[in-house]
Amino acid sequence: MKSEIKLVSGAMVMLALSTSALVVLPYMQVHDTPPLPGLKPYTSAELRGREVYIANGCLYCHSQQPRAKAFAPDFSRGWGRATVAGDYAYDQPPLLGTMRTGPDLMNIGVRQPSDAWQLGHLYQPRAYVPGSIMPSFPFLFEQKARAEKDDVVVNLPAGQVPAGKVVVARPEAVDLVKYLLSLDRSYPVVATPTEPGPGAQR
Amino acid sequence: LNTVAILLSAFVLSFVALLVFIWSQRTGLFDRSSRGAEVIFATQEIGRTEDPSATQAEQGALQTGADLATGGQAAHADAHELIERARADASTGPLVFFFYCCAVVWLLVASAAGLTASIKLHEPDWMVQQAWLTFGRIRTIHLNAVAYGWAPMAGLGTAMFVIPRLLKTPLIGARFAFFGAVLWNAALIAGLGSIGAGINDGMEWLEIPWQIDTLFALGGALIALPLVFTLVNRRVAHLYVSVWYMACALFWLPVLFIVAKIPGLHQGVQQAAVNWWFGHNVLGLFYTPLALASVYYFLPKVIGRPIQSYNLSLLGFWGLAFFYGQVGGHHLIGGPVPEWMVTLSIVQSMMMIIPVAAFTVNQYQTLQGRLSALRFSPTLRFIGVGGLMYTASSLQGSIEALRSVNVITHFTHLTVAHAHLGMYGFVSFVFFGAMYFVMPRITAREWPFPWMITTHFWLVSGGFALYFVGLTIGGWLQGEAMLDAARPFMDSVAVTLPYLKARSIGGACMGLGHLVFALHFVLLVLNYGPQRDQPALFRHLFARKVAS
Repeated sequence: MKSEIKLVSGAMVMLALSTSALVVLPYMQVHDTPPLPGLKPYTSAELRGREVYIANGCLYCHSQQPRAKAFAPDFSRGWGRATVAGDYAYDQPPLLGTMRTGPDLMNIGVRQPSDAWQLGHLYQPRAYVPGSIMPSFPFLFEQKARAEKDDVVVNLPAGQVPAGKVVVARPEAVDLVKYLLSLDRSYPVVATPTEPGPGAQR
Repeated sequence: LNTVAILLSAFVLSFVALLVFIWSQRTGLFDRSSRGAEVIFATQEIGRTEDPSATQAEQGALQTGADLATGGQAAHADAHELIERARADASTGPLVFFFYCCAVVWLLVASAAGLTASIKLHEPDWMVQQAWLTFGRIRTIHLNAVAYGWAPMAGLGTAMFVIPRLLKTPLIGARFAFFGAVLWNAALIAGLGSIGAGINDGMEWLEIPWQIDTLFALGGALIALPLVFTLVNRRVAHLYVSVWYMACALFWLPVLFIVAKIPGLHQGVQQAAVNWWFGHNVLGLFYTPLALASVYYFLPKVIGRPIQSYNLSLLGFWGLAFFYGQVGGHHLIGGPVPEWMVTLSIVQSMMMIIPVAAFTVNQYQTLQGRLSALRFSPTLRFIGVGGLMYTASSLQGSIEALRSVNVITHFTHLTVAHAHLGMYGFVSFVFFGAMYFVMPRITAREWPFPWMITTHFWLVSGGFALYFVGLTIGGWLQGEAMLDAARPFMDSVAVTLPYLKARSIGGACMGLGHLVFALHFVLLVLNYGPQRDQPALFRHLFARKVAS
């Protein structure tokens, strides 16, 4: 090869092909997918909680993408139906994840809707799930002699709270739990027709 | 958009494009006596082995092995051309040295962060009081310190050294690259700091906030400038294989980086597609070409024999350029992205076997009959293992992309093992080898303690073997447990524990090896060691001019 122009232009053509296949075409096809009718936009507290989720790298162990029943037993595990593009319309960026060191969280708000459980589990996962390897997040909480008026006190199983102290959730933990509880894709992908339409014959 | 039409057109386009390119770059296909591969040698230099990291005795043995294989004694190369080469080396010396110093520092940072993250996976209540030390952050610091610190600093440093040699031209405008590297490292410090502080963009491989990324883009552009200047002012007509890979990597990276990071452009699952288009291309179109370029240069140089098939290198290069760019979708198999995109990526992942086979056969043919060189040349030992790991990790990657395999391995530690086979077994090993070759050339000093090179090699090889085998088994068991709906999820956690511990032990050995390497690097720089009482400097200056 003798010409650097040929070399570099050839290389850039190759990259252009790759970009059109994996960036431009998906952009045309799914960038403007509208949210599904059942999907609610996040509240500000939930969005703040989402930032806590990103900041602490939850996505490196938890996916948010249950797969089709025909492909893997995600549904049987209680992780929910397979998600579609419209489920992520408010997600910027989407937190699909690549690992399942822990379970999928796309429907954790349905599966485990108790905020007391979520808070306690963040404080010490092994108090709730024996054998869990999820890190504990003591830095999202505070230990105090007694709770003040607006404090969110965490109710922990016996033996988890040091004597004479209470564990209080910091705002980050409260927001994170709000975000986790908002994770709910249990609504149907296709809206149920209210009256038999033309497709009902099939 | 019609799925079948897209798939079909992509497929047809792939083949036509590939054929046209190979044809246009080359007339006289299958010509066996290609002189293109010989440009890395001076006149009459073929047959001369070269490994500055070997001891005198090893260098003698290396040369004897080559002489036996060719059945004659190698002539001495044209002295004028060797002086030219020494000039090219001299023009890059301080710059390459700066890149390598940064690389060594980031290697240590990344090893410490990686080992911490690894231990945390089986000791989840260890060091949990500090937010920046939580698994999710320290793991990300590890990844970014490797991806933007160690690998590019070592790879670009090597490119800075190799390109002027290949173009027989002193490096022009080194101060731009110097300034660029300073900016790049400043950006990385800021980026790792922001990840530690909990500010990140939430996409794997692209965590560093885009505001800081503008610094990377600027630094990267400045680093590329001297290579472009040198390319257009070159004194050789022919561009060697290594130049193709290195030059293209420098043009590919900015496009990947900027397209992936434009704020506000991407949205929803389309952003996930961009994420993995970048995530896989930064491996395939940046680190891989830099490392392959190093193999294509140092392997023939050490054994004194040109690459055997120039056509195979062409096929390997254009095959990589075409197929690799489109494999990113295999990270989203089963996910909520367009199905045709995933299928396209699986197909192209399998097609990657073509360039990988071309590279492997080519290197094997070149080494054939000279395998004894592996015993005497530290550089070749690292680079040889690295090249072999390229083949292994690429083939493994192709197989993992198949839906039937992916359903087990996706979301498990096996993927982590695979990623390290590529980034560590291949890329890092090759860069270790390159640094062992380059450092004596740019400092005019020998590596003071050959036993430290051996210790480094065995520590990282043994440690990595344990790491990879352990995590591969653990990941597979984890995947099978997850796939069996009758078993509780916690089974898939419990089953990995012994293997996660094995990974920590392997990782600790690798970290120890890096400490040995870093210490040796410092000793070389400080001129500390057995050679320092000898008139080493004169001998080496002389050696550089005549015997290199």
